[in-house]
Amino acid sequence: MFDFSDFTSWLDTVLLRVMPEWLTILVECVLVALGIITLYAIFAMVMIYVERKFCAFVQCRLGPDRVGPWGTIQVVCDVLKMLTKEIVSLRKTDRFLHALAPFLVVTASMTTFACLPWNKGAQIIDFNVGVFFFLAVGSIGVVGILLAGWSANNKYSLIGAMRAGAQIISYELSIGMVMLTMICLAGTMSFSELCQNQAEGGWYIFRGHFVALAAFIVYLIAGNAECNRGPFDLPESESELTAGYHTEYSGMDFGYYYLAEYLNLFICAGMASTVFLGGWAPFVIPGLDGFNEVMAMIPGFVWFLAKVFFVLFLLLWERWTFPRLRIDQILTLEWKYLIPISMTLLVLMALCVSLGLTF
Amino acid sequence: MANTSYFAGLIGGIKSLCNGLSVTFRELWTPKITERYPENRKENNIPERFRGTLVMPHNEKNEHKCIGCGICQMQCPNGTIKVVTEMVETADGKKKKQLVRYEYDHGCCMYCMLCTRACPQGAIEFENEYESAVFDRKALIKVLNKPGSKCEEKPARPAVAKPATAPAAANGTPATANANAAAGNAEAKAKAEKLVAAAKKAQENAVAARAAADEAKAAAEANPDDAALQQAMTEAEAKAVKLETAAKTFAQKAAEAVEAAK
Repeated sequence: MFDFSDFTSWLDTVLLRVMPEWLTILVECVLVALGIITLYAIFAMVMIYVERKFCAFVQCRLGPDRVGPWGTIQVVCDVLKMLTKEIVSLRKTDRFLHALAPFLVVTASMTTFACLPWNKGAQIIDFNVGVFFFLAVGSIGVVGILLAGWSANNKYSLIGAMRAGAQIISYELSIGMVMLTMICLAGTMSFSELCQNQAEGGWYIFRGHFVALAAFIVYLIAGNAECNRGPFDLPESESELTAGYHTEYSGMDFGYYYLAEYLNLFICAGMASTVFLGGWAPFVIPGLDGFNEVMAMIPGFVWFLAKVFFVLFLLLWERWTFPRLRIDQILTLEWKYLIPISMTLLVLMALCVSLGLTF
Repeated sequence: MANTSYFAGLIGGIKSLCNGLSVTFRELWTPKITERYPENRKENNIPERFRGTLVMPHNEKNEHKCIGCGICQMQCPNGTIKVVTEMVETADGKKKKQLVRYEYDHGCCMYCMLCTRACPQGAIEFENEYESAVFDRKALIKVLNKPGSKCEEKPARPAVAKPATAPAAANGTPATANANAAAGNAEAKAKAEKLVAAAKKAQENAVAARAAADEAKAAAEANPDDAALQQAMTEAEAKAVKLETAAKTFAQKAAEAVEAAK
């Protein structure tokens, strides 16, 4: 199995030979940051392209196909356009909060992005309470959204932000509960250990019976709501609120929200594939050593990306199928259905684990 | 969901969501309807009824059907069509309108098809030709009749007229009787209307005369010594009474006529 930590430790020793320790750490931090930002931008573009194509195919269209082969350059053009657009500064807004809000959203999104286990040894943020850290940092995003709505001094923005607040804070409960269910099964909160366990003993979605499968579905629903995507896209609901909380943003400030929205979707899919589908762990069946060896030949990042795109497919499929809900329906779904279900799942999983019924 | 129990609602909801997902999943694999236009211009299949441009079909003898009546020009809301005609004398000495130029400004056309619907001869129609872009607006003004073309000779009239009259003759009697009755009725109605109008006018005259008589009376009473005023008063009174009688007669007659027309 390809281990990325070989490369990082080699780089570490090489750098230590030519420079003092503090400088080595600084250089490594900068390299890692550059890596995250590059991946962030690349995956945002990939996501936008995939979303457009998928949406088109569901609607019996071809989607963008004019710029570049199959329209692949279209997204690059859009990004360039977004970068060169004027940022309109508005009167009667809270300038400081208005400028701060997109950075909060993007920071939350990038920090959670850094939690994803790309490959064995290729993890940026990894410590013993990784899942908690992920959930906690992910919640910062809602502060950015609320600030955006408040500072814009616009009723549409404020309504959008209030909806986002109500929705995200509600759905975080289910996400937390579903994560607890899986931690109950895994016995660890560190992402690297989660992946290592699944690489050795099989993916948790198979090991946890139907409970893990149900938890996976609940996580997809709640994660979709966390990302403010349809059918839960009430915060921006363009038919009622023009663009919701980012109505007053222009140029790259709007671009940050756009990026964060797509990357949050990617992160949601990445987290689902880490916790339920094993992250970089190859598909293993304990006992079948020959089969496992063949599977282990495929590098971990390929496994990870394949899983992420599978989950993304599920999320996009659902997003382009269902119509938008009303705010009361969204909260009903969460408080009357998902929370009882996830509580039941947690209890069932605890029973399964304590009775030794899991694999 | 409101009428069902919690679990029935939950399961029903999941079922309907899965149903929706299956619909979109099938749609993912259906052939896409997008036309990639400049690449597929050879095989691009435009629907037959697409309104691309107005044309005047000519037959193989370079004859069109336009008689130059100009109804299309009058119908066009945008002033897109200009029909230029001239009067010519035919061989048998009749005067006849003839089409000289049929100008169509494609740049003004909004493809409403009022012209083709209005055309009594079916001389113009819309074609699904859609590549109309040019670099100069003047190039959009087209002359639809081809040079040297002329109006198609119509077949002799009786040949067309006969089948239409035959069924009418077969059940002619009741139809004619009906028609006669209708005509009589219309006549009576017209008469009644006339009489009503006359009665109204007589009534107006009578009222005016009465007013004049009243005035004269007032004047006479104010100056009881003036013989001329007394005379005028008597005359006016007589006139008013006469006119009032006439108005009454007219009104009676009109009422009778209206009754008869009914």
